Amino acid sequence: MMRELSVLDLAYLVIAMRWTVLLTLLALVGGSTIGLLVAAAGASRQAPLRHLARAYVGAVQGIPLLAWLFIFYFGLAILGYNVPPWVAATVGYSVYAGAFLGEIWRGALVSIPKTQWEAALSIGLSYAEQLRYVIIPQAVRVAIPPTVGFIVQLIKNTSLAAVIGFVELTREGQLTTAATFQPFAVYLIVATLYFCLCYPLARYSRQLEGRLRVIR
Amino acid sequence: MSYRFQFRDVLAQQDAIIDGLLMTLQLTAGTISLGFVIGLLVASVLVYAKPWAKTMARVYVEVIRNTPLIVQLFLIFFGLPSLGLKLDVVTASLIALTVNLGAYTAEIVRAGFESIAKSQIEAGISLGLSGPQVFRHVVLIPALKNVYPSLTSQYVLMMLATSVVSQISAADLFHAGSIIQSRTFRDFEVYTVVAALYLALSLLMRGGFSVCYRLLFRRP
Repeated sequence: MMRELSVLDLAYLVIAMRWTVLLTLLALVGGSTIGLLVAAAGASRQAPLRHLARAYVGAVQGIPLLAWLFIFYFGLAILGYNVPPWVAATVGYSVYAGAFLGEIWRGALVSIPKTQWEAALSIGLSYAEQLRYVIIPQAVRVAIPPTVGFIVQLIKNTSLAAVIGFVELTREGQLTTAATFQPFAVYLIVATLYFCLCYPLARYSRQLEGRLRVIR
Repeated sequence: MSYRFQFRDVLAQQDAIIDGLLMTLQLTAGTISLGFVIGLLVASVLVYAKPWAKTMARVYVEVIRNTPLIVQLFLIFFGLPSLGLKLDVVTASLIALTVNLGAYTAEIVRAGFESIAKSQIEAGISLGLSGPQVFRHVVLIPALKNVYPSLTSQYVLMMLATSVVSQISAADLFHAGSIIQSRTFRDFEVYTVVAALYLALSLLMRGGFSVCYRLLFRRP
């Protein structure tokens, strides 16, 4: 039974945004945990650790996110965990975000000149203190704009979770289309809602970038 | 773990895999060439055109970069027919991917154009080069050289992103995967094989691009 597109549909779409946001947040929590490890390994002095980090980043960035989602969705089932889509999605997106964030943060760590390390060492700071008081405060300022930029990518890419049946904004759009058969209007609304989430963040990232360049 | 991996059934379907691979390669090649042309034009508008044209180009870039590719694809493939424009899956895919890549390319190439110091252009003019010569030798080629790494890694990401067209049943590599899955029920094995092929493809592309860099930007 076909029905007209109503205000109620719009409301449902707006409400479905919360799952998009929630999945993004979950992926950020998992992704930054993995990302910290990857960045630390990638910037470490041990060559095997660096290779390991490089291999991880290369594998994640060389395989479509869609494939990762299916691999985790079916792979976790094989391991005996019959997980609901949101768990598979969270794991998949954490692995994905971990590689990108790890690479961004590694770049930030490496961008701090060696003289800063030496200066910190020469005033008698321990390795942990060098990191805590000298390196990380500077690295964070370098890392924040691209990190915010990546969050925009992440929000957009959560749309792919629709294909393993996670009901977020895009999936809700598909369901609404099926009921109303007005794909153009529905997907236009969906795109607008994504734009409202992403554009402010993208602008903010650019602003931060400009501000940092002035300081440096 | 009691699960036994069985790749034989999957690998027996190599015809489907090869067809899908070819479609992915064609889509990628088409998207990159068309997207590069669009990106170059839009980037020139963003940097050198009149304010109203700049604003239009900026709107295009921002709208595309802040909405998901899959929604753009659905809008073109499912949405446009209701406005009377019916496209087949491959055309719709190619349009969506090209429009998407064009926006990203424009933003990257714009950064390249802006990285060329004004004094370079003035130096070119004072040497007696014509306008087109200055654009080609002083602006375009050095700008492309500066942004080559980000441009080519965007292309690799684009190749991976073409997998999204499987969601409107365009017969690419990823779609071949889901067909084989429905024939063999070996879901995990299928997607592992597909993922490995994408990984090989992306490594090949990265290698190819670094060879191209040496060929394209070699100093005479």
